[in-house]
Amino acid sequence: MARTRYAPDRGLTVRMTATMFLLGLVFVAFVALIIGILVAVHASAAAIVFFALIFGGGTAFVSLFYSDKIALAAAGAQEVSPQEEPELHGMVDRLCALADMDKPRVAIAPADMPNAFATGRNSKHSVLVVTEGLRRRLEPDELEGVLAHELSHVAHKDVQVMTYASLLAIVAGLLVRLLSRYRELAADRSGAQLTGQPSKLISALTKVSNGMAQIPTQDLRAAEPLNAFYFAPAMKLNGPASLSTIFSTHPSLEKRIEQLEKIQRELGQAGPPQ
Amino acid sequence: MGFLDTLFGRTKPVQPKLDDLFALPSAAITLEAATGFTPTGSGSVCFRAVEGKTFSDIQAEVRELLNMDAGKPGGALPVEVTKDSYGYTWLVSSHLSDEMDALVTDLHAVNSALVDNGFGPQLLCTLVAFRDEQERRLALVYLYKRGTFYPFAPTSGQRRDNALELQVKGAVQEDLKIEQDLTKWFPVWGAPGL
Repeated sequence: MARTRYAPDRGLTVRMTATMFLLGLVFVAFVALIIGILVAVHASAAAIVFFALIFGGGTAFVSLFYSDKIALAAAGAQEVSPQEEPELHGMVDRLCALADMDKPRVAIAPADMPNAFATGRNSKHSVLVVTEGLRRRLEPDELEGVLAHELSHVAHKDVQVMTYASLLAIVAGLLVRLLSRYRELAADRSGAQLTGQPSKLISALTKVSNGMAQIPTQDLRAAEPLNAFYFAPAMKLNGPASLSTIFSTHPSLEKRIEQLEKIQRELGQAGPPQ
Repeated sequence: MGFLDTLFGRTKPVQPKLDDLFALPSAAITLEAATGFTPTGSGSVCFRAVEGKTFSDIQAEVRELLNMDAGKPGGALPVEVTKDSYGYTWLVSSHLSDEMDALVTDLHAVNSALVDNGFGPQLLCTLVAFRDEQERRLALVYLYKRGTFYPFAPTSGQRRDNALELQVKGAVQEDLKIEQDLTKWFPVWGAPGL
């Protein structure tokens, strides 16, 4: 056995084991909770959790399989050939030869923010992305250090490990969004009752939603995590309406207007509602 | 990497394979018979230098060792050390065209010095240069981590003569372990000693 100077960091492994154990406990508790709800309460209560689990699992599966395409599209990155970027490819070539690993695809994102990431479920489907900002700011040797870090992510299959680890977080995220949509409807309702003028809120919503559609996409993405607190979501989701409903933090405009019109009718009735 | 290594994010540094390098002298004879390419007598070892004094001490030691018989009659030229634009260090050893054995011994001395001191994972490739009568350039590149060879034939600019490379592959595949995965035949533009 050849002598090695690269001693493993045992402390790091111990801390990782502890974290994985705790994560495992959360999983077990979650499954126990679903079984508990099924047995004790009612099947319909468990159905919501079950559906969230199916959709969460589906989301995780899709993001795992298309992580490279999703990431490339989200960052607006373009794959580059060795002829276009000989230096960058040369650097990756040499690192892969040193590490004896398959070479990932290489892409460049036009963003000025200095950043780099690697994604893809395995080394065959992985892509390494660096931004223009990073290349401008770093010396070749420094850039190589960053690339070596990203290649290590590929070697460690971090996309897979992190997807499995964050499965429950995705499920919880879907439930939080469901809750968020109900809270929005509740706020619409209370707001309309407070002013006594639901039609004004309807027209405000219509105006703001139209305006929001014109915001450029870069701003939309940056605004995404805070969407749950916005008056009208600054993000338009693509795809079929039924799917986008599940992932959106706000109920659809139609749904909100529908509810407000109902309040309008109730307020206009002669006697108090039955 | 095993399952646990992946799970815990532990990449084991890959140790180089050194023994296959000694197949080069016989491959050079085959290559000359089949294609007319003769060794130029120069070869180089490419590695990624590690920061710190320990590594630079070893590097100086290796250089001294290789320069011991330089200047003597029949001895080699002094070893040349260059750093390329990617930050890799190349030790170039130059012999006469028919001293393939001595060249390989020199290259192996560099390898074993690094491996013995625990820096084996830093070795990238070794390169032996050839020329034919039309002054076409060719290199046989040895990938330490895979223990395989591949031909590299640069033409003008950053272009390579793929047809020649495949021809050379066919000529020497009995003598050398050729890298079968063509995506690993990465170019080494402007490699010293080529």
